[in-house]
Amino acid sequence: MVKPKKTRFERKMALYGVIFTLPWILGLLLFHAYPLIMSIYYSFTSYSILDPGEWVGLENYQTLFQDHVFWVSIYNTLYFTVFFVPISIVFGVGLALILNLKIRGQGFYRTMFFMPSLVPPIATTIIWLWLLNPQFGLVNHWLEQIGLQGPAWLGSEYWSKPSVILMSLWGVGQSIVIYLAGLQDIPQDYYDAADVDGANIIQRLKHITLPLLTPVIFFNLIMGTIGALQNFVLPYTLTNGQGTPANSMMFYVMYLYTNGFGYLKMGYASAMAWILFLIVVILTALIFISQKRWVYYQGKD
Amino acid sequence: MRSQLSIKRIQNACAHAFLILVGLFFLLPFIWMVSTSLKPDNELFLWPPKWIPGLLVWSNYPDSVNYVPFFNYLRNTLTISGLATLGVLFACPLVAYGIARIPWKGSKPLFALTLIVMMLPYQVTMIPIFILFKNFGWVGTSIPLWLPAFFGAPFYIFLLRQFFMGLPKELEDAARIDGASELRIYWGIMLPLCKPALLTIALFQFMGSWTDYQGPLIYLSDESKYTIMLGLQAFKTQHGAEWQMLMAASVLVTLPIIILYFIVQRSFIQGITFSGIK
Repeated sequence: MVKPKKTRFERKMALYGVIFTLPWILGLLLFHAYPLIMSIYYSFTSYSILDPGEWVGLENYQTLFQDHVFWVSIYNTLYFTVFFVPISIVFGVGLALILNLKIRGQGFYRTMFFMPSLVPPIATTIIWLWLLNPQFGLVNHWLEQIGLQGPAWLGSEYWSKPSVILMSLWGVGQSIVIYLAGLQDIPQDYYDAADVDGANIIQRLKHITLPLLTPVIFFNLIMGTIGALQNFVLPYTLTNGQGTPANSMMFYVMYLYTNGFGYLKMGYASAMAWILFLIVVILTALIFISQKRWVYYQGKD
Repeated sequence: MRSQLSIKRIQNACAHAFLILVGLFFLLPFIWMVSTSLKPDNELFLWPPKWIPGLLVWSNYPDSVNYVPFFNYLRNTLTISGLATLGVLFACPLVAYGIARIPWKGSKPLFALTLIVMMLPYQVTMIPIFILFKNFGWVGTSIPLWLPAFFGAPFYIFLLRQFFMGLPKELEDAARIDGASELRIYWGIMLPLCKPALLTIALFQFMGSWTDYQGPLIYLSDESKYTIMLGLQAFKTQHGAEWQMLMAASVLVTLPIIILYFIVQRSFIQGITFSGIK
């Protein structure tokens, strides 16, 4: 007698489950699954908005591998990712550690570090274009004061990417807030025990604080890497979509956008999108695999 | 005891010195933006640069607003941000509740899919979605910029799901025994409880739409439909050397976000930390 009643409840719950999640089920199909599959299909065609295009097999991929700018854009994107992500983690964790020393004015400092991350990217580029102006910019003025000849920054093939890294570091405040909360989650007991054992600051940092912060660092590493590979708005608006000088600012997604919406080569751009997808999947998987070696979860040995 | 105290004091002094030094890196560009926005144009290229303008030119602000159809851009942006925020407020708690609190077979796989989609780069699906909207005849309108919000956004669903998971199970059990319908439990009990989380996602979405550049860049071509960010970029391209105007415009587009931040600072910070830790 009890059993059929239970299945009725289960059936009712299944119905409600579908009703509640219906928008997302549709959203997943319409805006994620369908486009993901279509993007594979388009990558094998010569589709453009004006022309329905035809099946070209692997031609887009073959052309891509011989496309010089494609490789330049991969180089630029990896350059940015490899420098920006680790620097932002060290910078963010370092500042959070100091803020966590229970010093006075913590809230004030936190707000100060956080504010730039609220500035819209276009406004960020305007501010930094002016600061890094080779002739009249504040930065080069200061460098001159200490006897250094400032570079041309965004006008230089070699300094353009470091400039973008600098600008991106300016907006690193959100991750400081995350690290700080992570630090405040570490139970005081551990530190009390360390005090009893007579551990000094360095030992506490090495054996308690940093290991217990690794899950947060792990999260930021994954999200930071995925974000860095998609870097678009800063280099695009800084160079008005040109990627100048000498393609040194042509990032992967910018080239994808230029192909798809500038030259209307949407099949070609879809092939690029799929390669980006693979790169993201592989890098994320590598980071996930590496976590066994360095990420420490509380409650597990 | 005494030496320990003075070590602590030295340590604190060093920390403050370091924080102030790094703080300058974060703060000075801000001050420079405001200072430049109030300069007369003949003080822009002074060498050495001047921190406080000799004459405060407040008219840079109305001038920069009148240079472009600013209020038109503002209206377009507010429409998109408002509708997109409404969309995530409607869909995300509904879906998150269905995943977190309704016992059914689909909830686990759906949550796994949500996590996967969260890591999917926007650019991978960008072109097919564009073609989809193109077939509907919506390219050139703002519909593609807010309509998807009504179907849920993975990050917010994730955030709200974590929030719902933290509520005690007795809540809906008691209500179910009393014979309340599922929709009533959701609307009458659960939704009011997650107000702080709702405020957080509303804030994130509003800010996201306000600062979005790539979306409007792809879908909007007619200048009368431009958002503030597209307008600002166009302004920058056309009047590259009029830094006082550009800075005034930058202050104007940043100010609403900063004000919003100070009004709801707590849910803001909570939201960010929640996303990174739980």
